[in-house]
Amino acid sequence: MKSISREIDLSSRGGNLVSVSQIEFRNVSFRYQEDMPWVLKNVSFSISENEWVAIIGHNGSGKSTIAKLMNGLLFPQEGEIVVDGQKVAAETVWSVRKSVGMVFQNPDNQFVGTTVRDDVAFGMENHGMPRPLMLERIEESLSAVGMSDYERQEPHRLSGGQKQRVAIASVLAVSPKYMILDEATAMLDPQGRKEILSTMLDVQEQRNLSLITITHDLHEVVQAERVLVMNEGEVWLEGTPRDIFAKKEQLTEIGLDTPFVTKLADELKSAGVDLSREPLNHQELLEELWTYHSKK
Amino acid sequence: MSSSMIIGQYIPGNSVVHRLDPRSKIAMIFFFVVIVFFANSVLSYGVLTLFAIGSAVATRIPIRYIVKGLKPVWFLIAFTFLLHLIVTKEGEVLTTILGWELYKGALIQGAAISLRFFLLIMVTSLLTLTTTPIEITDAIEQLLGPLKKVRFPVHELALMMSISLRFIPTLMQETEKISKAQASRGVDFRTGSFKDRIKAVVPLLVPLFVSAFKRAEELAMAMEARGYKGGEGRTKLRELQIGRTDYYIYILFVLVVVGLFLTRN
Repeated sequence: MKSISREIDLSSRGGNLVSVSQIEFRNVSFRYQEDMPWVLKNVSFSISENEWVAIIGHNGSGKSTIAKLMNGLLFPQEGEIVVDGQKVAAETVWSVRKSVGMVFQNPDNQFVGTTVRDDVAFGMENHGMPRPLMLERIEESLSAVGMSDYERQEPHRLSGGQKQRVAIASVLAVSPKYMILDEATAMLDPQGRKEILSTMLDVQEQRNLSLITITHDLHEVVQAERVLVMNEGEVWLEGTPRDIFAKKEQLTEIGLDTPFVTKLADELKSAGVDLSREPLNHQELLEELWTYHSKK
Repeated sequence: MSSSMIIGQYIPGNSVVHRLDPRSKIAMIFFFVVIVFFANSVLSYGVLTLFAIGSAVATRIPIRYIVKGLKPVWFLIAFTFLLHLIVTKEGEVLTTILGWELYKGALIQGAAISLRFFLLIMVTSLLTLTTTPIEITDAIEQLLGPLKKVRFPVHELALMMSISLRFIPTLMQETEKISKAQASRGVDFRTGSFKDRIKAVVPLLVPLFVSAFKRAEELAMAMEARGYKGGEGRTKLRELQIGRTDYYIYILFVLVVVGLFLTRN
């Protein structure tokens, strides 16, 4: 019965039966209530396998809504979201949630278990995984985030950064294809942010996993391969971090701040120091500066 | 505060009693509570007391913790004893104090009831001393399992209990933070009349409740995002296992029960 309805559903889309691994937004519009303004307006984009995409935008630009739409916590009024060839709908939501993991902002309010290992197990328990596999995965995913020594710890004895690492581990344990970090570093101190960022880099390197980071933190943006800039419910700009930060005036216009290095490079340019490329971090700026004379 | 916080009165250890399956412990305590009421001779009380004290010793928990656990009920035990002395009028009169007669039956009955009380409290507190709250939760979920057939939400109840346990320390930390924040704004929690102090609690409770509701909402969202869809089709990481020790203890317990019925009048 289910497969028949799927077939109809697929053929109605013009038969593009491609089993590509990607998340695709097709003309998605969303609003929370009938009489409220649209939060997302006709948004289309796609995220492919093993990609690191950062979504930025000021508050209320609709970026968190995108995250919730991706794993079926919300459904769009118009358009559709397709995860690995599967339309996100009430019937497919459980398998979608298995392949799209999510880490939220508040470290405390997503920690379900009474100990670290119980929390990592929670998602696996929900998906009905057998116990031996759980034990294996717990060890594996905790060591991936560097929290193996804390397996029996209780949450109130962990720092914010450690809790977020556990949250990442619990997503990894289910071995999803996509991991969304919805402002996962927003409530952490600089130390915690550093921890999470390096964990993300490790994870991206070791696993077959797409990362979608929704963030304010510019360090995270710089690490990404591609950046989506959201403004007033629309994809306002799309490109590599270098492309994006080159458009400094436009970013400032919609209320986004650029990194210090970008600002400095801009000042240098206006002072007549012509850098050959837009630097993204201190290292690159330094490189540009000390090779500046020899390039001339 | 947070580093030394222990929920309930659990004392970590590795004694026989600690290692028993929590279901065994709960079941035995349940039966013990029942059979205590069958004791009616000095010897039968002796058997039960021996069992209770033996169990307490087997936990290897320092006696002061057990005494501390009994603290809130000493008064109740003493009160029951006194009440029996005054009310019961059975047997021969032992002495007369200021026109009030002390009966022998009253003395015996008072002692018996107090002893029963004492045994019950002691044995049940041994459960909470040697079992973590989460183990108790798991055991309750399993023991109540058959009630699922009559649509009793056993899994939900257990999940609620475990989430509450998880959030007690978090909310306590938050309470401390809020009370400091409010104190810095001039709320006085310590002095003033009883009424004033109750009033001072309001600015503490309101933000605490607001944040607890916010937490609940976010937690529900996070649970859903991680694929939670109720108890059906769910596997469990925490496993309860009845081991050999459990069977030995069952045999011992049956012997105690037999001993009790042999020594009854």
